[in-house]
Amino acid sequence: MRPVIPYVTAALLFGLGVYGVLRRRNAVLVLMSVELMLNAVNLILVTADTTARAVLPHSGQVFALFVIVLAAAEIGVGLAIVLQLYRLRATVAVDDVPLTEPPQAVDGHEPAVVNGEAGR
Amino acid sequence: MTGADVLLLALGAVAVGAGVLVVTTKHLVRAGLYLVVCLGALAGDFLVLSAELVAWVQVLIYVGAVVVLLLFAVMLTRAPIGVSDDLDRPGWPAALIGGGAGLGLTVLLVDAYRWSTVTLPAAGTAERLGEQIFQSWVLPFEVLSVLLLSALVGAVVLSRPDIGRPAPQRDDTAVDLIDSESGRRR
Repeated sequence: MRPVIPYVTAALLFGLGVYGVLRRRNAVLVLMSVELMLNAVNLILVTADTTARAVLPHSGQVFALFVIVLAAAEIGVGLAIVLQLYRLRATVAVDDVPLTEPPQAVDGHEPAVVNGEAGR
Repeated sequence: MTGADVLLLALGAVAVGAGVLVVTTKHLVRAGLYLVVCLGALAGDFLVLSAELVAWVQVLIYVGAVVVLLLFAVMLTRAPIGVSDDLDRPGWPAALIGGGAGLGLTVLLVDAYRWSTVTLPAAGTAERLGEQIFQSWVLPFEVLSVLLLSALVGAVVLSRPDIGRPAPQRDDTAVDLIDSESGRRR
């Protein structure tokens, strides 16, 4: 088995994930690109388990399992944030989110939230 | 080139091709479906690399749960079904940084491993991985379970709009609700 093949696959997938995170406007697509990066890391860990002889056997695969659990937690919280953003602003475009807006302006949108998510 | 190499090459090509489509397609739903192809090819890679348990966990959690959650999010945010042109931000910096990261890592890893061969270790079955997790990695395992619980609570708190609101507004909405109910009764 030549380890350079899965290593190069993982490197290319990581580059694609970085490109997607920087290029995409839709928050759901940004999360998909983050998943690509996490999977590239998983592939690196599993391949390193075959090339590096560690003190503990199968450490790389155990770490890959841990990264999968972390990704599941990340996607849960991330999607909750995205859905809350959609409820407040009716958009999921990440460059439409004003980061410097005072919190009073958010209160102005709240009646629309209470009356139904179709508001605004 | 052995059979494992050919399989790794084919599955890697499928994974990278599907990944390219995920970050370039104009259809939101299709991006999720290409992500399924990419993650499935990676699960095949794990199988070839003798990581059985990781491969099945990948299919179960990524293809089964994460992609379904992402598709739910696509539907709940009322994404357009057809082609949408406003998905991308214009700009070469993304291509520059992403391509730089990918090609830089590729050069680094090719330089490190050249065309060397390794023999595959014993397969990572559930029994062997379970031994490792519950003997050597118990503490990280427990910390991860606490993290999953806190992520669960955090997601619930984030998605419930009535947690952490000031009280007067809740009174207003209550009055509104009573008004609308009495209006219906009339």
